[in-house]
Amino acid sequence: MKTLADLKKIREKAQEDMKLRGGNVRIKIVVGMGTSGIAMGAREVMKTFLEEIAARNLTDVLVTQTGEKGLSSMEPVVDLIEDGKTKVTYGNMNPDKVKKVVVEHIVNGRVVSDYVVATGN
Amino acid sequence: MSLKRIDLLICCGSGCVSAGALKIKERFHEVLKEHNLTTEVNIIETGCMGPCDYGPVMVIYPEGIFYKKVSVDDVAEIVSEHFVKGRPVNRLMLQEEEKTFQAQKDVPFYQKQVKVALENCGYINPESLDEYIATGGYEALGTILTEMKPQDVINVIKESGLRGRGGGGFPTHIKWQMVHDNKADQKYIICNGDEGDPGAFMDRSLLEGDPHRILEGMMIAAYAMGASNGFFYIRAEYPLAIKRIKMAIEQAKELGLMGNNVFGSGFNFDAEVRTGAGAFVCGEEMALIHSIEGMRGNPTPKPPYPAVQGLWGKPTVVNNVETFGNIATIIRKGAAWFASMGTEKSKGTKVFALTGDVRNTGLVEVPMGITLRELIFDVGGGMIGDHKFKAVQLGGPSGGCLTVDHLDTSVDYESLKERGAMMGSGGVIVMNDEKCMVNVAKFFMEFCVEESCGKCSPCRIGLKQMLEILERITDGKGREGDIEELQRLGESINKLSLCGLGQTAPNPVLSTIRYFREEYESHIRDHSCANKVCLDLMHFNIDKERCIGCSLCARKCPTTCISGSREEKYTIHQIDCVKCGNCFDVCPVKAIDKIPGMHPEIAANRAQIAKAAQHYDD
Amino acid sequence: MYKEICAKYAPTKDNLIYILHEIQDSHPQHYISKDAVTAISEYLKVPENHIYGVLTFYSMYSTSPRGKNIIRLCESPPCYIKGSENILRKLKTILGVGVGETTKDGKFTLELCACLGVCGNAPVMMINEDVYGDLSEEKVEDIIEKVRGRS
Repeated sequence: MKTLADLKKIREKAQEDMKLRGGNVRIKIVVGMGTSGIAMGAREVMKTFLEEIAARNLTDVLVTQTGEKGLSSMEPVVDLIEDGKTKVTYGNMNPDKVKKVVVEHIVNGRVVSDYVVATGN
Repeated sequence: MSLKRIDLLICCGSGCVSAGALKIKERFHEVLKEHNLTTEVNIIETGCMGPCDYGPVMVIYPEGIFYKKVSVDDVAEIVSEHFVKGRPVNRLMLQEEEKTFQAQKDVPFYQKQVKVALENCGYINPESLDEYIATGGYEALGTILTEMKPQDVINVIKESGLRGRGGGGFPTHIKWQMVHDNKADQKYIICNGDEGDPGAFMDRSLLEGDPHRILEGMMIAAYAMGASNGFFYIRAEYPLAIKRIKMAIEQAKELGLMGNNVFGSGFNFDAEVRTGAGAFVCGEEMALIHSIEGMRGNPTPKPPYPAVQGLWGKPTVVNNVETFGNIATIIRKGAAWFASMGTEKSKGTKVFALTGDVRNTGLVEVPMGITLRELIFDVGGGMIGDHKFKAVQLGGPSGGCLTVDHLDTSVDYESLKERGAMMGSGGVIVMNDEKCMVNVAKFFMEFCVEESCGKCSPCRIGLKQMLEILERITDGKGREGDIEELQRLGESINKLSLCGLGQTAPNPVLSTIRYFREEYESHIRDHSCANKVCLDLMHFNIDKERCIGCSLCARKCPTTCISGSREEKYTIHQIDCVKCGNCFDVCPVKAIDKIPGMHPEIAANRAQIAKAAQHYDD
Repeated sequence: MYKEICAKYAPTKDNLIYILHEIQDSHPQHYISKDAVTAISEYLKVPENHIYGVLTFYSMYSTSPRGKNIIRLCESPPCYIKGSENILRKLKTILGVGVGETTKDGKFTLELCACLGVCGNAPVMMINEDVYGDLSEEKVEDIIEKVRGRS
């Protein structure tokens, strides 16, 4: 990579990759994996998502990580991003809540309002 | 489980409940029944949503529509218009400057935040260079390397008005200019990630959440001043931050964003990570430099400043993590954009870490010049529970306490300093009315005594002296003149200490004396801690009227100082009581009270011992 | 063993802090022994007294043997305000040791430390490299049990 044009190419490709690709990824789960999140159990949350998704053979769900949003009092924090819908942020997550979110939100398409701490970007 | 088409989230935080949220919830149940909608609408009580000023508030999904100040009378309209006809009730939405906000994210609670440094934190995958590039990452670096001269870069930062975010607020461009003008063969740039201030964690979050942004900021600075080597000095308490920044360096090297001839511009740069090993003083720039050199992290007198003689004697710039976090965005969006935020002398935004007894603990980024009230009550969501706000400690152990009278103070470098506090690294420790300010000051002093490196005597000995006086006061042995002595010591230490740690360490004590002098006085004169925190200045008492004589307290007392019977009820023998609080915790009928003030028996006992000692000395 | 660790780093004085960290972390008792100091001194060609000067300056290094797991409870003001004193009392009771001491079975050493930077979830403690937040007395009991089971 030697020029700004090269950088632009990488950027365009990365932006495309970050988008949810219709058939491929229907929903993206983003777990906050900063120290605060991990201290409050984000690893367990991430693990449970992966297990539940594998157990249900959901192939159109992507699980990824991010840093801290700043919502320490609501850690572990998880974003659910779906194409064309408002982003939903769940807070104070634990493995049991993850199971419910997988069933309700990811499988049945209903937001689990009890756990929602913010919506939108 | 039936499928419901609407989720109605009613805030049942204490603010909204006190404004009638529960009655509204009942009314919804009634009206929904009338409309036969109970199977379609899911009513959910939530915890506090934050914007308590607008209570009772509610959010309706799937649209995410936010209603404020809802009354029982509005319920019928919401159901018939919104739920039945699908027409949201505009008059209940937040009105501001003719604009109707719909979604919850648009409420001031979220809206008052402006994210510059934290832009990507919590949004991108910090371990993916591609995601950083997708947000416009490394564009600023590419632009300056191919289109700008080092001096142009410094000029942009100068025009932006950016000041160091680590504590002192020194204008960033001056440091860069000094090193730029120095014609040395080797120059260094250091990122100060030794975030030691208790209550501050923005640097950790940035390094963990958006490491490439910090790296890009450092490289821009390196180009501007002509450095080809950089060091990230990160405290060993932050293993994840260390891992992520190391990963970022590897990724940048692999893609050719670091190394030789970056962007074909002839600019070469390499960076390494160094860690601390547990020493608060290493956040001081000279101490930090010595630590990187593999020595004890002692500060040394300035001048010479690091910009003249820094790491291995070469000109060096030490910038804080958050400072670097602003650089790339300033280059991309322009100095004027950045300078349009904030106050006359404090430009841009600042990240604050809200901690303590505030509801929304965490990191927030707001424009400089916001008031403390907005920061704590709007963004921070106010106090936890029904407690009142008492004080806020700004700037960690170097800062000062401000009170309810200062809530309308603008948060910027100058205004805070004028009132005896400081911006520091942005730690905001909020305290409720249960806190004893003498005890808090003592706690901060313990921290500073512990962390003093011991090199200069005002700090090493003076702080210890101050701590002893504070301990004396909280133990009920304070004397007349102790307050003045604390002030005198504090001022001398401030003037005579070698580095910033010592110079600012007396601040918590001085500022609490300034604003809570009466608490010190009652500790000294009345031997009383009004908040029942200082154990020697409070006592436990069993109220015989309420006591049922169950003997549980006596059985749980570790010093067997409680005696009595079912008939006579129970009594605490004050002399032997160690104030462990077991009795208070176990009493089934809450018949035990905490009472401010030293018990007369203890006072008499102490006087007797003192007299005997006097006699012995004679 | 010490020589092998040293050899991973260039023999310059500025690598001292890294070498000390790695030697301490790789020792089962998490400390820096006299032999280790001698080995470093020979490798870096700096006097032992310089190494001791550095190693005793930083609070994370220990010159005496410690337990398999190091518990570091944050003693900074935000944690104190949120009740870290109760957590300390609980830890002392469960482990049966005071601050700076190691349990008889050698599994835990209890230490206090400066701010861990997780203040939004105070009170917090770190066991080895894992941070645990929002501690309550019950939670502490669970965590210690889990860690005890692992080791």
